[in-house]
Amino acid sequence: MIKSNLKILVLSFFLIISFKPLQGAEMVEPIKVDWSFKGLTGTFDRASLQRGFQVYKEVCASCHSMQYLSYRNLGEPGGPEFSELEVKAIAASFEIEDGPDSQGEMFTRPGRPSDKFKSPYPNVQAATAANGGAYPPDMSVLVKARKGGANYIYSVLVGYEDPPPGVTLDEGVYYNKYMIGNKIKMPNNLSDGLVEYADGTVSTVNQMAKDVTTFLAWAAEPELEERHRTGVKVIIYLILLTILVYLSMKRIWSRIDTEE
Amino acid sequence: MSEQEYTPKSKAGKWFNDRLPLLTLGAHLTDYPTPKNLNYWWTFGGILTFCLITQIVTGIVLAMHYVAHADLAFASVEHIMRDVNYGWLIRYIHSNGASMFFLAVYIHIFRSLFYGSYKSPREVIWIIGLMIYLLMMAAAFMGYVLPWGQMSFWGATVITNLFSAIPLVGDSITTWLWGAYSVDNPTLNRFFSLHYLIPFLILGLVVLHIWALHVPGNNNPVGIDIKKPSKDTVPFHPYITIKDAFALLVFMIIFAGFVFFTPNVLGHSDNYIPANPLVTPAHIVPEWYLLPFYAILRSVPDKLGGVILMFSAIFILFVLPWLDTSKVRSAVFRPIYRQFFWILVIDVLMLGYVGAMPAEGIYLVLARVGTIYYFLHFIVVMPVVGYLEKTDPIPLSISEPVLSGGAEPSIARKVNDKI
Repeated sequence: MIKSNLKILVLSFFLIISFKPLQGAEMVEPIKVDWSFKGLTGTFDRASLQRGFQVYKEVCASCHSMQYLSYRNLGEPGGPEFSELEVKAIAASFEIEDGPDSQGEMFTRPGRPSDKFKSPYPNVQAATAANGGAYPPDMSVLVKARKGGANYIYSVLVGYEDPPPGVTLDEGVYYNKYMIGNKIKMPNNLSDGLVEYADGTVSTVNQMAKDVTTFLAWAAEPELEERHRTGVKVIIYLILLTILVYLSMKRIWSRIDTEE
Repeated sequence: MSEQEYTPKSKAGKWFNDRLPLLTLGAHLTDYPTPKNLNYWWTFGGILTFCLITQIVTGIVLAMHYVAHADLAFASVEHIMRDVNYGWLIRYIHSNGASMFFLAVYIHIFRSLFYGSYKSPREVIWIIGLMIYLLMMAAAFMGYVLPWGQMSFWGATVITNLFSAIPLVGDSITTWLWGAYSVDNPTLNRFFSLHYLIPFLILGLVVLHIWALHVPGNNNPVGIDIKKPSKDTVPFHPYITIKDAFALLVFMIIFAGFVFFTPNVLGHSDNYIPANPLVTPAHIVPEWYLLPFYAILRSVPDKLGGVILMFSAIFILFVLPWLDTSKVRSAVFRPIYRQFFWILVIDVLMLGYVGAMPAEGIYLVLARVGTIYYFLHFIVVMPVVGYLEKTDPIPLSISEPVLSGGAEPSIARKVNDKI
């Protein structure tokens, strides 16, 4: 039959377009990590989020801002869920510029949970100048802003290698297997045992990369857990309603169908 | 028509209805005789109305929190996502809603193409529908600019630059559109203003679209004129309303799947990078629903030629009722046209695919072949096939094959099998 051939054609077409194009020839597919937040009911690993925040605070935060997050977010449900006291203590450990006061002077004070994360540099230009001309991107939505998402971020963090023979790198440029174009201006900042985890977890490079990526995934999608939970409920509700409406429809239309 | 005899039962109702016959209108909409053999491809009109209302309602709420300023827009979207109660849900419904809207409108348009719903006496419905489609594209494009991410900025730059291809006055027009010498804050401001306006224009056109539909009544899978009301029709309520509700719910399940589980899969990750006029993304691609036209645009080496061809691809649809020479509406009875219809579907899908690819090598060749075929379909195939084709015998009424009884399967079933 012609129509079935056409169906096959259309279906195979959808199959073709569902494959994403490979962009650069050198680009290596990111490592596939079995994240706890994947899937329909995925949630974040609370301990991993807390460790990831520690890695961010002690390593990444010296160059990368996270300007859309507030300290209070660290205590909210679905996130690292630090206690109220811990959140207050974290916020208070930062000196925040405030003002102007009644005299028109700017002043600094200890941070409050309502404050946004303090940025390491006053502006983009300062950050660029201090990092050899490469702006360390704000990490608030970084996981959503990169093709490959969490897998890609994790891969770049563990993807530093010596350049293959024949590849020469400029001063301040590093070779990374997973980075597009393989050249990255961020040095490999992670080394085994760099961070001393409060919960006693051994801080290997892979462990730290995994924790901080989990933290960044939450930072980009703080609503993820609530979204998944609500989604499951909404879809179950819709399916039940659809069944009821379907049965009503059959009943209503049976008046017409029996006339025939 | 029965509604002319409608009189409200209550005294107050009659008093009001004599002054503004809203109740008569309500009775007309309820009783509206609809062909009883409509299949599920006819439920997309209702689904599209739902999409429009959803976009308007979520959009109004988003506008309460969004800031249309080049320095603040990106941050205000993050504010919606993080600090506004259920802001993430409202924004994801709105952004995925645009895609669902286009998915539904494409099915609706291709349904019309298959069953000849654009043909006499429904040309005006078709043309109003195309005007709605054009406005939808404008609204969607401007909406995509509002978050002021990289794709917003560069998409706006590419599309507005198309107008610079116009001879003599092109550059002046582009500057006028921008309100500046490049895409900048004034551009964002006016896009927001227009993005808020257009849905209400669409709403007005939808009223006209439905009004124009209610003059001749619905086409149907058999494509023949039917007496209304008759044994071939059912009142709109409850028969069509319940069927539309069922189809809408199935549609909503898919919609919810996108919103709750893969809310960003239809977008582009670069749009979570704030707009930067100094850094051009590696590939500037529009949203998926505009890709076929983007492929046509890029298939022509000349900028002006590409722009003309792209707009022609849409405007040729306006004269479609007069390009189609066939006396038979429904492709169910048109064995030759039916095959060309499916080739057109594949052609448009292919154009969409190559629109997402870099314009080089095999993709450019495919884009050119696809573009040529697209125009051939409307300019050559439709008039010629309509003229030469030997169509299958057409039943005299929807119920006829059933009434004649026997082993003959019902036409309605046959129609459903065809798709």
